Amino acid sequence: MDNLLSLVTFLPLIGAIVLLVFLRGDDEHAQRNAKMLALVTTSATFLLSIFVMTGFDPSNTGFQFVEESPWLGGLTYKLGVDGLSVLFVMLTTFLMPITIGASWHVTDRVKEYMIAFLVLETFMIGVFVALDLVLFYIFFEAGLIPMFLIIGIWGGKERIYASFKFFLYTFLGSVLMLVAMIAMWMQAGTTDIPTLMTHQFSSDPITVLGINVVGGVQTLLFIAFFASFAVKLPMWPVHTWLPDAHVQAPTAGSVVLAAILLKMGGYGFLRFSLPMFPVGSEVMQDFVFVLSAMAIIYTSLVALVQDDMKKLIAYSSVAHMGFVTMGIFAFNQQGVDGALFQMISHGFISGALFLIVGVIYDRMHTREIAAYGGLVIRMPAYALIFMLFTMGNVGLPGTSGFVGEFLTLAGVYQVSTWVAFFAATGVILSAAYALYLYRRVVFGDLIKGSLKTIQDMSRREKLLFAPLVAGTIILGVYPAAVLDVVGPSVAALVEAQQTAAAAADTAVELAAN
Amino acid sequence: MLAENLAVVAPELLLAVLAMAFLMLGAFSSRAMDGPILWGATIVLAVVGLWIGFQPEGTRTAFDGSFVSDGFARFSKVMVLFGAAATLALSRDYLQKNDLLKYEYPVLAMLAAVGMMTMVSARDLIVLYLGLELQSLALYVVAAFRRDSLRSTEAGLKYFVLGALSSGLLLYGASLTYGYSGTTAFAGIGVSLEGGHVPLGLLFGLVFLVAGMAFKVSAVPFHMWTPDVYEGSPTPVTLFFATAPKVAAAAMIARLLYDAFGGATADWQQILVFLSIASMFLGAVGGIGQRNFKRLMAYSSINHMGFVLMGLAAGTEQGAQAMLIYLAIYVTMNVGAFAFILNMEKDGKPVTDLYSLGLYSRVAPARAAALAVLMFSMAGVPPLVGFFGKFYVLTAAVDAGLVWLAIAGVVASVIAAYYYLRIVFLMYFGEAVDGLDGRMPGLHWGFLGASALAMLLGIVNLFGVETIAGAAAMTLFQ
Repeated sequence: MDNLLSLVTFLPLIGAIVLLVFLRGDDEHAQRNAKMLALVTTSATFLLSIFVMTGFDPSNTGFQFVEESPWLGGLTYKLGVDGLSVLFVMLTTFLMPITIGASWHVTDRVKEYMIAFLVLETFMIGVFVALDLVLFYIFFEAGLIPMFLIIGIWGGKERIYASFKFFLYTFLGSVLMLVAMIAMWMQAGTTDIPTLMTHQFSSDPITVLGINVVGGVQTLLFIAFFASFAVKLPMWPVHTWLPDAHVQAPTAGSVVLAAILLKMGGYGFLRFSLPMFPVGSEVMQDFVFVLSAMAIIYTSLVALVQDDMKKLIAYSSVAHMGFVTMGIFAFNQQGVDGALFQMISHGFISGALFLIVGVIYDRMHTREIAAYGGLVIRMPAYALIFMLFTMGNVGLPGTSGFVGEFLTLAGVYQVSTWVAFFAATGVILSAAYALYLYRRVVFGDLIKGSLKTIQDMSRREKLLFAPLVAGTIILGVYPAAVLDVVGPSVAALVEAQQTAAAAADTAVELAAN
Repeated sequence: MLAENLAVVAPELLLAVLAMAFLMLGAFSSRAMDGPILWGATIVLAVVGLWIGFQPEGTRTAFDGSFVSDGFARFSKVMVLFGAAATLALSRDYLQKNDLLKYEYPVLAMLAAVGMMTMVSARDLIVLYLGLELQSLALYVVAAFRRDSLRSTEAGLKYFVLGALSSGLLLYGASLTYGYSGTTAFAGIGVSLEGGHVPLGLLFGLVFLVAGMAFKVSAVPFHMWTPDVYEGSPTPVTLFFATAPKVAAAAMIARLLYDAFGGATADWQQILVFLSIASMFLGAVGGIGQRNFKRLMAYSSINHMGFVLMGLAAGTEQGAQAMLIYLAIYVTMNVGAFAFILNMEKDGKPVTDLYSLGLYSRVAPARAAALAVLMFSMAGVPPLVGFFGKFYVLTAAVDAGLVWLAIAGVVASVIAAYYYLRIVFLMYFGEAVDGLDGRMPGLHWGFLGASALAMLLGIVNLFGVETIAGAAAMTLFQ
């Protein structure tokens, strides 16, 4: 299986082409076929990706399953995974069948809907396996097209505003990265990511527009990449596209957005910023810490006052991503381990929470918190699952949410006590908004007339949640499942970053003497 | 000696002679011949394009080096001729429906093509001017081709007055150049610049030459005619304006600046950087408020020309290659998009209002999808081929040290993305309107579909254009 990664990446695209070319008509039968085909394709992709996981050797910190062939002038088509990316590939392939299953009730333009999601899956996997700068950029940006259409066509009332904002915001963030990538190509003479990771970009101070830039070219490149990843992640204060996009997107779109698309930003920091611009990262560390702490506290407070469920969860995502950036920029094993763990865990938990909102939205067609109350009386199974993921969101020990938050806090504490202190208040605030949401929706008296006949979850819905429940609990009880895979790669990454930054510091000192 | 010279210009000669022949045929026969003449001209243009495409490699000059047929000229000519042939092929239905099918139109298009071929091959200011005027005079007439339409005659007049002004600027620049270098041959001008010193008079000449030519590629601040002419001209003429003349003018600027003024790169680079930034931003911002599809395409082409000039501004071989790749992609996208616009009609009347596209994806899913692909490609979103055009141009700019220009370019491309997205939005989730009817002839659908498909599949290897353009750009530096 030399082309395993290509196969995993492009299988969904093949499914989409088959749908596009061979499926005709828009009657109930054709719709069912489209859904089935999409489900089969995504499931097959997941099964194939299991081979990647079983064949993966965590102790090897280099890239595995590497494929390489020449492409357009100077660029290469190169794929591969290492400990940092393999779990994101798994997360993507694992969640896609669930999102397709969650779209079973879609009746409008089903064929196009399924095509959009399948194409999106190819682009998402591609981001995590690409080992060429430009190839990465193409996958990274291409995902905007299907997502724009998903929000725009199948979204809610304000979908036009949300889809444009989503597209233009993220597009603007990324184009600067493109210029930086070209500059890197010109400087290093290659677009090969593994080679670039060992290339030392100049960190001599330079002057731009009269401002003295510490860390020189590295800092400038870092900022260009930061513009892209910070918008994608998203970090405060460039997060404002996220609540709009989440609220307007259809349930499956929200799940993909929260569980996978946001992770591209965090992955980007780990794949590019830290190893390629170690000095630049060091220079910007405090800045990122401040933004992260602000994100955690500010967006948690904003989440407290939301009256739309999806918006509340969207803001809580921003807060949780604050832990991720904080952990990454702690530059130590716990911090980065924790950030990766947090991203995987957030993939399960936030995905599940959006599905949970979807369940009652499908029944009542409103996401307003005030429209609910006392659901536990009619929907006990729903209340149980909702509670589990609320606890996961809060970070209760025993769920996967706890491990990520604890590790990132432990990592940051070694670097800055104050940042750890402020971030820890976020843990309390997250308990406040999550439990407050749960109380308002699930507990209380069932007084709304329309809720008196609401049905508990169907077997299909329970089936959708089963793998997510299992994942959240298993990772919470046995975090080594993730940490063993990422550990060696993270150790290598942290060491390389520290060595490079230290070398640059010595050089500066020598120059000063 | 004469035979050798004539062999080099054989394609131009053949085209000119056939244009005259078609003119006579049209003048002395009934109107029934108008249709066949159009097809004849289409085929002649395409065949000459193929002929030039398959000419053996190598640089051949004629008339004491004032006319050259090298890889660069041939690449540009192929684009010009195919663009012109595609335009004529797509024109027929529209012209017939609007009672405009007259033999003068294909004849003028052929003469314009001869002019453009001369422009890209010129290595002498006088030959350059001859080609430019032959092209412009033909274009002035086709812009006003719908004689009984106020809009069309207004477009023709505007284009004529402003065009004459720009020709005057160019001629003034040429005379200054001649005065300070003592020659009109590019090679001679190049020699007079050796040693690095640029006389002030020559610098003035350069500025006027560039200003005159910037008009032809509708670069800001010489773009004012573009939206009005695009809107006023009959749609097939607009398509013609958007493709072949742009290629020819850009190639002409490239040869003049690289060949004659190669010793003054630092001087013209600043001018081009300004033209490029201004065009990209004005094209991006100006298109936002447009409701008319043709006007929108005018601003879109201003924006695209900004990127073309960015490649030129790099002043390197890589920049020339990037420019050629960009032009090839630009022409392909425009032919596809105009194949769609030509068929926007309701009750037999042409429609250009964007809002008539409301939920068009429900009316004709395949056509809407093809146009959506083209729009994303024009916006430069990967993985579509339009992205690669921008990528090569940006690479050339960064490599030449013009990082700020590259940053300005990507920011402008995000602004421009708004109006391309708006078309997708209208077609897929806009408000349903009783907008467009009208079928699409198979030929048009073929052009639209092929163009969109090329944008999707080009990611594999850009159909080899990259290599050919690289070889073509190399000849410019010999």
